[in-house]
Amino acid sequence: MVPQAEFRSYYGQPVIKKPVWKWDIPAYFLTGGLMAGSSLLAAGADLTGNRRLCRASRFAAAANLAASTWFLVHDLGRPERFYNMLRVVRPTSPMNVGSWLLAAYGPPAALAAASEAAGVSPRTGRAAGLAAAVLAPMVASYTAVLTSDTAVPAWHDAYPHLPFVFVGSAGASAGGLAMALVPPAQASPARRLAVLGAGLELGADEHMGRTMGLTGEPYRQGTAGRLHRWARALTAGGAVMGATLARRSRLASAVAGLALVAGSACTRFSVFHAGAQSAGDPKYTVVPQRERVDAGDAVRATG
Amino acid sequence: MTLGGNRLFGPLDPAADAGYEAPPPRVGFFTDTSICIGCKACEVACKEWNGVPGDGLDLLGMSYDNTGALGADTWRHVAFIEQSRPVEQPATGGAGAPAGLPADLRWLMMSDICKHCTHAACLDVCPTGSLFRTEFGTVVVQEDICNGCGYCIPACPYGVIDQRKADGRAWKCTMCYDRLKVGLEPACSKACPTDSIQFGTLDELRERAGRRVEQLERAGVTSARLYGDDPNDGVGGDGAFFLLLDEPEVYGLPPDPVVTTRDLPAMWRRAAGAAVTLTVAAVAAFAGSRR
Ligand code: SF4
Ligand code: SF4
Repeated sequence: MVPQAEFRSYYGQPVIKKPVWKWDIPAYFLTGGLMAGSSLLAAGADLTGNRRLCRASRFAAAANLAASTWFLVHDLGRPERFYNMLRVVRPTSPMNVGSWLLAAYGPPAALAAASEAAGVSPRTGRAAGLAAAVLAPMVASYTAVLTSDTAVPAWHDAYPHLPFVFVGSAGASAGGLAMALVPPAQASPARRLAVLGAGLELGADEHMGRTMGLTGEPYRQGTAGRLHRWARALTAGGAVMGATLARRSRLASAVAGLALVAGSACTRFSVFHAGAQSAGDPKYTVVPQRERVDAGDAVRATG
Repeated sequence: MTLGGNRLFGPLDPAADAGYEAPPPRVGFFTDTSICIGCKACEVACKEWNGVPGDGLDLLGMSYDNTGALGADTWRHVAFIEQSRPVEQPATGGAGAPAGLPADLRWLMMSDICKHCTHAACLDVCPTGSLFRTEFGTVVVQEDICNGCGYCIPACPYGVIDQRKADGRAWKCTMCYDRLKVGLEPACSKACPTDSIQFGTLDELRERAGRRVEQLERAGVTSARLYGDDPNDGVGGDGAFFLLLDEPEVYGLPPDPVVTTRDLPAMWRRAAGAAVTLTVAAVAAFAGSRR
């Protein structure tokens, strides 16, 4: 336990504003990870001649692309102005960079699914699918930068860890979704991606919990803490089942796969709530800054 | 990231950095809280001039401050703090505690505002270019461009900018950009009856503030200190800075704010590392699969 910190504040009010983002944003992180991981699975399956897995993963990527776009637009205060996201190029804004990334990733991902649905031009489908797969890893990881590039203590201080938690979660959930959609005989790459992703997510999360100190506390408390415990249980359980029973039983494969998707959802919502909790309590803003100042270690540009 | 120099952190002339050729001198506010009387004329003048909607007549029940905090509909906020500690009387002409009042009680009043940071996180993260740097070095939202994405809100290290619920967009102080354009001073400082809020060019204000702290120290007010005046601080210095009589957090201000984008290059490096890791995992997942 972190000892109770003594600090002064203005009537206990928060110093920074809580994010106004609604549930759409963690839902976007979930579907964004699903689409990115699915594009990687689809490309690998295409190149290794696993038609069932390729087809299911291309459709999964396109469906999650549609869902994530809807979440992004729906969260805006002025949804009819969503196109202003591409009005400028602003490298200092991860949301702007991400919008351009999605604008590049979306069309080939959709095209790969369309060629699958229409059953025509497999060469175009392959080219489009590979293009989507090249961009997919950044689609999965940039959302961590978007989250961390804020003054929210639990998010900002997590910046070394969150990208690994997020890509792990993307791999686990996309692998899980494919396990639920494809018979076990064709799903072995999906199972492997799911297990590797789950391991990466759990490992990165464990490391984050050990190294973050005071601003890591919100991840273990309240709603965030409850979701975090569910995330760990579902992800670990899904991965163990995925490596064992799911290899033979279609039912076990589907159950394990859906557990992994649910685990990823819990991870995203846990991170989201941890940020809101840390923004709402002045302790997390004031105490680390006060400690720096008192130690004569206030942040100053030198020279 | 090829963002060289001090573009993300460190001392900088923000208007020149934003691409203005021969911009006018940077302007700002020096708010001297030692002479604030808590009259809230600034709050009212700001609302009137800028047509900021009313936010209800709330009695917050915590102090004489019934405004609460800066927000979408509060661009000036007068904080009020009552403390059980003696007032430090300036030796020059200050009267003692008025008869009948306890000697160990003091009131702190402070008119807070958007800091118009040299490195403004709100502006850095805004994906639409709605937030922009003016030729005066200030930070302004363009309401015809903002799409209400909400990113600026948790990015601000001071909790200034917020979303107006009824309209979905983000709002904050403009330092009366319309008035600056025609050579007028902002409404709040114009209305301030004690000159607690002083408007001017930033260089001149910084000198004046330094002299004021020395004057107060000579008069025995040892608690006086400047906040946000240092171009080497975590946000490159504030365009609106303060003279305070207690620690910043007592007024609801962060003690050592840092612009979050200082760490952006490191964040992207971690994200790139994670992306490579995911690629390797995907390749490994197919290793051994047959064509
Ligand atoms: S105080 Fe906040 S809203 Fe004002 S310029 Fe700085 S970051 Fe932006
Ligand atoms: S809410 Fe408006 S001003 Fe704020 S970051 Fe989004 S587009 Fe920019």
